[in-house]
Amino acid sequence: MNVIVCIKQVPDTTNVRINPETNTLVREGVESIINPFDMYAIEEGLRIKEKFGAKVTVLTMGPPQAEAALREAISLGADEAILLSDRAFAGSDTWATSYALSRAIEKIKDFDIILCGKQASDGDTAQVGPGIAAHLDLPQVTYVKKIEEIGDKIIKVERMTEEGFEILEGKLPILLTVVKEINEPRLPSLKGKMRAKQASIIKWTAADVSASGSLLGLNGSPTQVVKIFSPEKRKNGKIFDGDINEAADQIIKGLKGII
Amino acid sequence: MSIKILKDNCKGCTLCVNACPFGAMRVENKLAIVDFNQCNLCGACKTVCKFDAIEIARPQVIEETKDLGEYKGVWVFAEQKKAVVQSVVYELLGKGRELADKLGVDLSCVLLGHDVLKCSDELIYRGADNIYLVDDENLANYLDEPFSHILIKLIEKYKPEIVLCGATSIGRSLISRVAVKLYTGLTADCTGLDIDAKKKILLQTRPAFGGNIMATIISPNFRPQMATVRHKVMKEARTDKTRKGKIIKEAFEAEEFSSRTKILDIAEEVSATVNLTEADIVVSGGRGLKEAKNFALLEELARVLGAAVGASRAAVDSGWMPYSHQVGQTGKTVCPKVYIACGISGQIQHLVGMQSSDIIIAINSDPQAPIFSVATYGIVADVFEAVPLLTKKFKEVLNR
Repeated sequence: MNVIVCIKQVPDTTNVRINPETNTLVREGVESIINPFDMYAIEEGLRIKEKFGAKVTVLTMGPPQAEAALREAISLGADEAILLSDRAFAGSDTWATSYALSRAIEKIKDFDIILCGKQASDGDTAQVGPGIAAHLDLPQVTYVKKIEEIGDKIIKVERMTEEGFEILEGKLPILLTVVKEINEPRLPSLKGKMRAKQASIIKWTAADVSASGSLLGLNGSPTQVVKIFSPEKRKNGKIFDGDINEAADQIIKGLKGII
Repeated sequence: MSIKILKDNCKGCTLCVNACPFGAMRVENKLAIVDFNQCNLCGACKTVCKFDAIEIARPQVIEETKDLGEYKGVWVFAEQKKAVVQSVVYELLGKGRELADKLGVDLSCVLLGHDVLKCSDELIYRGADNIYLVDDENLANYLDEPFSHILIKLIEKYKPEIVLCGATSIGRSLISRVAVKLYTGLTADCTGLDIDAKKKILLQTRPAFGGNIMATIISPNFRPQMATVRHKVMKEARTDKTRKGKIIKEAFEAEEFSSRTKILDIAEEVSATVNLTEADIVVSGGRGLKEAKNFALLEELARVLGAAVGASRAAVDSGWMPYSHQVGQTGKTVCPKVYIACGISGQIQHLVGMQSSDIIIAINSDPQAPIFSVATYGIVADVFEAVPLLTKKFKEVLNR
């Protein structure tokens, strides 16, 4: 069995600060990490590997420094890592990104399950997973919270919904996007870290995956960002640090007509 | 690369450095330098530059085989479950009506399901001029493949210029597939939609980087222009029972509904409390509650207020509340009328999940807690004193 896990390197927002004057993110010293949701996808890939002896390939599209994310995935136990990197990808929206990734997956060719995090923490679109499935004309299940069974050419999963969950059966090959509830990601072992240091990362360009230039980057992206601006700042609130009785009364007064 | 610094114009003022959301700009020797590996060509730098020193070459208008003028009308995907239209649809109809009127075109709903004709009236009362209805037993439950396939067929046949859909778990899965197969632009989780009066195109505004930056996005050369919209961001359309509309029934051959996934079972988790994302009031607890059993205090306040109970990641990771109650980046995004944060410090991951709430009440013993920076009202106090007090007072005021 072959599993492909698509991951994205994102800025670590755990310690992000906001510049109060410009109301923008302070980027200095912000490290890059694997998108938190992708950590669950990697872990699920590794669990399938342990259960079924699958080979786990991690794939990312990004700048050369995204190699660090792939090495981290190897330290956790992934078998192979592919970096899809090319200037031609710059400015790709979700259409062009899912196209480029789907070309790389076509080149990998042998796969049964593609795993993605439910969305990336920087863009928050949740579009690239289903986008890849659409480009490759694969079935998909999004928001997967549990893989119940993997049988011969068939998989049984639980999909999270607003009201609860659904149990679905899907034909392999299939693309799944996973939510946090699916597992508890492991930490890298010392041996894994050593292996990650020495592992060779496969590097592919747009030409290597026979991606059509007119469908990549800004050229291939239907959407264009025309304006970026800071959201309206919240007005300073009223903070009570004295008598809580009075605070409660004032707040209840302020909520009159609302509650 | 299609971004260029014009050396003669650049003064090295660093405005662009501060404006760049990707940390891709720096100034060296009074000249701006772009880190191409970080740059996303978003144009934030160009907007703030006072010296016209930044040039971004937009891709030339792609020679489209499709005639954009053929595309007319605004469509709303009428998501329903068991023939109950989801409330986000009515919100989309409110905004959709406004967009359609600005463009001088019809507003239509696509209604896919089984035994769903009865949903049509209300959709028309809420602003739809037409309902494109596909009623088939194969559409009884949502499945990605048949729903996306049928929606694509309808879009190809009727050619709407705008398609809107709720950013729900169904909407996000469905519409991403549709946009890719149609090769058109899709903007996720919009909080604002408008029409550019001159160009007659859709302006889609959405938060990025967890709401710290807003971006306005267009897809000028592709149709339809597609967007998903977050729940509870836009106002529901009012009901007008005098409105009339047309129902256009479409039928498809059985093989058009084929799916490689099938539903074996649907489990609804019966929750004693209100659905978190639908609630008008949310009472949330964090690390400050110290123990699982202390959530009872919040449940009591929630009961009095008719509110849902939420939790921070810290509380969920400690096992005090189930994951389905988690608010924040890795949990749910909520925007109720009133959000009451109890013993939550307000890490950015939590803030992004709730900061668009109308009114935020924060209770925390640490006056420096970041939650106070987004609070409409803050009480610097011990949650174990303040929460029961609020409960008691609300009980009196509300007579509950």
